[in-house]
Amino acid sequence: MSAELAMPAAEEKKEFWRWQENTWIEEGMDWRDAKVITCGIDVGSVSSQAVIVCDGVLYGYNSMRTGNNSPDSATNALKGILDKSGMKLEDIHYVVGTGYGRVNVPFAHKAVTEIACHARGANYMGGSKVRTILDMGGQDCKAIHCDERGKVTNFLMNDKCAAGTGRGMEVIADLMQIPIANLGPRSFDVETEPEAVSSICVVFAKSEALGLLKAGYTKNMVIAAYCQAMAERVVSLLERIGVEEGFFITGGIAKNPGVVKRIERLLGIQAVETKIDSQIAGALGAALFGYTLMQKQAAKG
Amino acid sequence: MIANYGYKDGSGEYYISIDTDNCIDCAAGRACLTACPKEMFEIITDDYDDEVACVKKNFTRTLAFDCADCKPAGGYTTLPCISACTPGAIKHSW
Repeated sequence: MSAELAMPAAEEKKEFWRWQENTWIEEGMDWRDAKVITCGIDVGSVSSQAVIVCDGVLYGYNSMRTGNNSPDSATNALKGILDKSGMKLEDIHYVVGTGYGRVNVPFAHKAVTEIACHARGANYMGGSKVRTILDMGGQDCKAIHCDERGKVTNFLMNDKCAAGTGRGMEVIADLMQIPIANLGPRSFDVETEPEAVSSICVVFAKSEALGLLKAGYTKNMVIAAYCQAMAERVVSLLERIGVEEGFFITGGIAKNPGVVKRIERLLGIQAVETKIDSQIAGALGAALFGYTLMQKQAAKG
Repeated sequence: MIANYGYKDGSGEYYISIDTDNCIDCAAGRACLTACPKEMFEIITDDYDDEVACVKKNFTRTLAFDCADCKPAGGYTTLPCISACTPGAIKHSW
């Protein structure tokens, strides 16, 4: 028997970390009626979003995984929303780039930091009562304070390690072989809340998780331990700048109830809820920055 | 705005905070730029079109090491950047 025949058929590798990419437009709106159309492009380290705002109101967005090239990621993100809406790039009056790859958005008129954009986006999504924002991004984490208009008053960012970031959760999803969207709900399916694993380093957390599995922990208990570690990590960041009422979470992790509920428990406050996808906050803020700039230009004549 | 540059790792918290409200229209003539032996500060136009000081990006993940020479162990009793910033905009967390 040849070696080739002896080998079992290769199984298709499942990507448990792969989160849902999506495109949405407001069906009740017609962009052709808008006087000012602005676009925000957020090229993050893990995901890229394009958001279209018509006269200061969210019209649509496209959220997808960032590729290995920032200009292409920005172009692809925009193409998704343009294709769905029938819009062309020429129809957009102003484009603002933000995120890790903001300076590499080829068609952007201006680049604004993701800190300012997330504050502005959270202000739109959660209303003027939002004062403290936690952005749990793909490879960094930010704690932001803002005023009633969404202007940043205090911020800090931790981009030195992946603990407390979306990438850390992707690593655990792959390790557990459980789709990333199921991690949060499964983390509550435990009889007793386990101790948190390492909250300092994803690599250590991964090896600790493996050790727990070998020690007889169920997968759900390990997930619960990781969600708790993540919550403790970001809460320690938040405590440095303080947490005020009007707490809002942006970024992909905001969709994981296992982390969100544990953060709320540690802080003793409820996060402001929104129906808008938390992952688009940065791009939405960028589009709104563009709208404000257009208004200022119009006022100047 | 309080801008915190730095990180937290297993060994501690290392942040340089800059109060940009005290930094705009600097009364010290941007003395921080020359006071820091490692020239860690630069002037940028922030997202709200204000000219303010910030810590250069290539130092934000290594502050514990970069600032070590100016701490008491290096023979200083006060940090050069904090002494130079007479408006009191700069603070260290450690």
